[in-house]
Amino acid sequence: MPAFRFPSGQGLLAVVARLVLVLSLLVPFGLAAKAGPLDDAAALFAADSFSDTAKAIDLVAGSDAAHADAILEALADRRLFVSADKKLVYKDKAGAAVDALTGKKLEAEPAGLASVRINNRLRSAISNAVGQMTLQSPDPAKRRAAALAVYKSRDAASEDGLRKASRAEKDAGIKSVQQLALAAIMATAPGKPDIDRLTAIEVLKDQGDREALTPLSLVPADAGQGVKDAARAAVAEINNRLALWSGAQNAWYGVSLGSVLLLAAIGLAITFGVMGIINMAHGEMVMIGAYVTFVIQEVIRQHVPGLFDYSLAIAIPASFIVAGVIGIAIERLVIRHLYGRPLETLLATWGISLILQQAVRTIFGPTNREVGAPSFMSGSFRLGLLDITYGRVWIVVFALLVFLAVLALLRFTPMGLQMRAVTQNRRMAASMGIRTARIDALTFGLGSGIAGLAGVALSQIDNVSPNLGQSYIIDSFMVVVFGGVGNLWGTLVAALSLGIANKFLEPFAGAVLGKIALLVFIILFIQKRPRGLFALKGRAIEQ
Amino acid sequence: MLTNRFLSMLDARGRIFLGVIAAAIVLVPILNLVVPAGSALHVPTWLVSLLGKYLCYAILALALDLVWGYAGILSLGHGAFFALGGYAMGMYLMRQIGARGVYANPILPDFMVFLNWKELPWFWYGFDMFPFALLMVLLAPGLLAFVFGWFAFRSRVTGVYLSIITQALTYALLLAFFRNDMGFGGNNGLTDFKDILGFPVQSDMTRLVLFLLTLLALALCYILARAIVTSKAGKVLVAVRDAESRTRFLGFGVERYKLFVFTLSAMMAGLAGALYVPQVGIINPSEFQPGNSIEVVIWVAVGGRGTLIGAAIGAILVNFAKTTFTTGALAPYWLFALGALFVLTTLYMPKGVIGTYAEWRERRREKAALTANTASTPAE
Repeated sequence: MPAFRFPSGQGLLAVVARLVLVLSLLVPFGLAAKAGPLDDAAALFAADSFSDTAKAIDLVAGSDAAHADAILEALADRRLFVSADKKLVYKDKAGAAVDALTGKKLEAEPAGLASVRINNRLRSAISNAVGQMTLQSPDPAKRRAAALAVYKSRDAASEDGLRKASRAEKDAGIKSVQQLALAAIMATAPGKPDIDRLTAIEVLKDQGDREALTPLSLVPADAGQGVKDAARAAVAEINNRLALWSGAQNAWYGVSLGSVLLLAAIGLAITFGVMGIINMAHGEMVMIGAYVTFVIQEVIRQHVPGLFDYSLAIAIPASFIVAGVIGIAIERLVIRHLYGRPLETLLATWGISLILQQAVRTIFGPTNREVGAPSFMSGSFRLGLLDITYGRVWIVVFALLVFLAVLALLRFTPMGLQMRAVTQNRRMAASMGIRTARIDALTFGLGSGIAGLAGVALSQIDNVSPNLGQSYIIDSFMVVVFGGVGNLWGTLVAALSLGIANKFLEPFAGAVLGKIALLVFIILFIQKRPRGLFALKGRAIEQ
Repeated sequence: MLTNRFLSMLDARGRIFLGVIAAAIVLVPILNLVVPAGSALHVPTWLVSLLGKYLCYAILALALDLVWGYAGILSLGHGAFFALGGYAMGMYLMRQIGARGVYANPILPDFMVFLNWKELPWFWYGFDMFPFALLMVLLAPGLLAFVFGWFAFRSRVTGVYLSIITQALTYALLLAFFRNDMGFGGNNGLTDFKDILGFPVQSDMTRLVLFLLTLLALALCYILARAIVTSKAGKVLVAVRDAESRTRFLGFGVERYKLFVFTLSAMMAGLAGALYVPQVGIINPSEFQPGNSIEVVIWVAVGGRGTLIGAAIGAILVNFAKTTFTTGALAPYWLFALGALFVLTTLYMPKGVIGTYAEWRERRREKAALTANTASTPAE
């Protein structure tokens, strides 16, 4: 009858190592082959005295049998019995009898079962033993969790178990957690030598996360002055590091928010900044871009599910074209009649935004639509103490790419040249043979198309609903006005700085108050510099 | 002397407008109280309340027309002034509830008890007194407009930029009033009012009186606005609207004129809000929605910018259409209609109903004059 059972799939080496370890530590070597610790334990349980039961608990805990925890659990629940023929039996939760030595179910319940009695002292011994056992559990995840639990509880009773577990541990990651837990115990338990405490403090300091602060602040009174100073220094250092990381985290969140603002605002920077059109329907172009993404994903899901990862790659040009064409239609039908009357344009485009919203609501319904993330955009990676999701990284990259593309388009292409010419001096441009009306339509189409691109990105992080655009329109205007009208670089700087400022304000002002503070700041800022951060110089602004 | 000045100030349209208001003040109570409920001419109380609501919007539109039509300041924040006035009145009404609330706290409104507040925040002091609340109805929006305008006009923020920052102002207030910590009831706002000056707000009589007061307020606001735009200062305002730099170079303190009219207009909007709240029975942060403020602009545009009467008529027309639309089977199409209204008005009727009508009459008169003495008068 084998006394040890190991889960299959473990490395032979680990099995052998554990076998050797357990045997050498717990039982005289000679006994092992014939009678395992469970056999001894069974005899002790049968003796029916509290002190023998306590010894038996230790033996079971040390046995490393796969069902050892089940035995102890049964004991705690008074489901452990000694039969008339002195066999150890427990009942599982369903009430079926199990041979405690083998862990196999018995076909018939043995006669004369007497439950093993326990008292409160034994109860705590059991729970300690269970804790120790999980420290050495064959399941790595359980071992890690157990070590982490000790790290948090700093229970000095677990010290020996931890040491044992740590010596046997092959997984470097788990081992370091165990060392950390050990350090936490050494640093906080009274009566340890100062030299060990100093080492422990060093270990905790290197760990440097928020959990390490607690044991460091709990150094016992009997520690030497050197230890106390070291602990205090370590706390200060960890706090510094934490502050640094939280700063880095805020900065990253800020960049991420800023890139979203940038995406939403670039299109507006063109329609409002370059053309001087207050396009209140800009947010709806963003919304349309998001819905185009949704439709494309639905089509792919139903017809070619294999292409799902490419859905965004298809949605990017599609949404640009759809939003762009709608933009050109709006310009041709409405806006061109209103040039030179910016306030009226505002009203007309607001009306258009209402119509577009209601149209989308009629077609797709008022509820949120779900847009999935392709596989390369899901998941996250860890950088120091930061968790960074791939989706956010891609959005930042996408925003910057769109920004650079627009910049290049305006600067290096004939179309961009004509756009700038028309903006700067319409009549002169017309005299040079530029068809200004066509350029107007194209410029507005470009701005709308870029808003559509923003919609693709926003569909990944926001609810795709008919109201999607509304939540970005005011923010976008703030970005463009803050950055300075007619200047794309200003838009970039404004979007990123507003995003970062927002995230740095959030921790101590709260999300809403932080946003209010920024709005008030921009309102005041415009008083000081009515033309924004990067104002255009020259005659063009006089119009 | 004063009567003379008063009469010269009103044009024919104004006299008709005031005449209609006077007729309504006499007729509506009769139709509501005297004519029996079965009669076709009977005006039920719900209609009185609904009309009262429209009239509040009319005052708000009038206030906006004063700044937009005559001084060229397109404020997208008038909804905020309206809501501030409404909140001031709402606070008074909350304090009047007293111990009749759900939690029966004699001092604290229900939502404060619910939030475990122990004492009244300082800014709620005094709102148990009606005169103080009335003062605040004018002062709160007026002060905000004054401070905001003082900064904005001095640094010469004009046109589109001003519109955008007024919108940002509304939006900031919207976010602020949604917060429970602000002490204005957060999301739910102020509601469950019991009585005003001792009269139950729900009773038919109170509603009728509130309606009459709103009519009166509309008439007074119109007269005041008319007095301003026909005065010398009004001429300066129009000059500012049409050529701000030139007016400044002529030596006028442009900022002071703008600030005056902006503050006054905000106070009017606050008054409209204060009359609105007891008739509607609730004030909540959604009144600060930027969309609401933009809607006010379209009322003015539909009625006719820079005509004062047009603003009031536009507000009533659009809201009447809204009620008709949104209560019937056409409800899903209301936003299409409203959106189309925005677009078509700006494209084809930039002068609004009143302006277009006046133009049409002008043309007809000219034509008549032309046919009367055919060749003798050369065209100018």
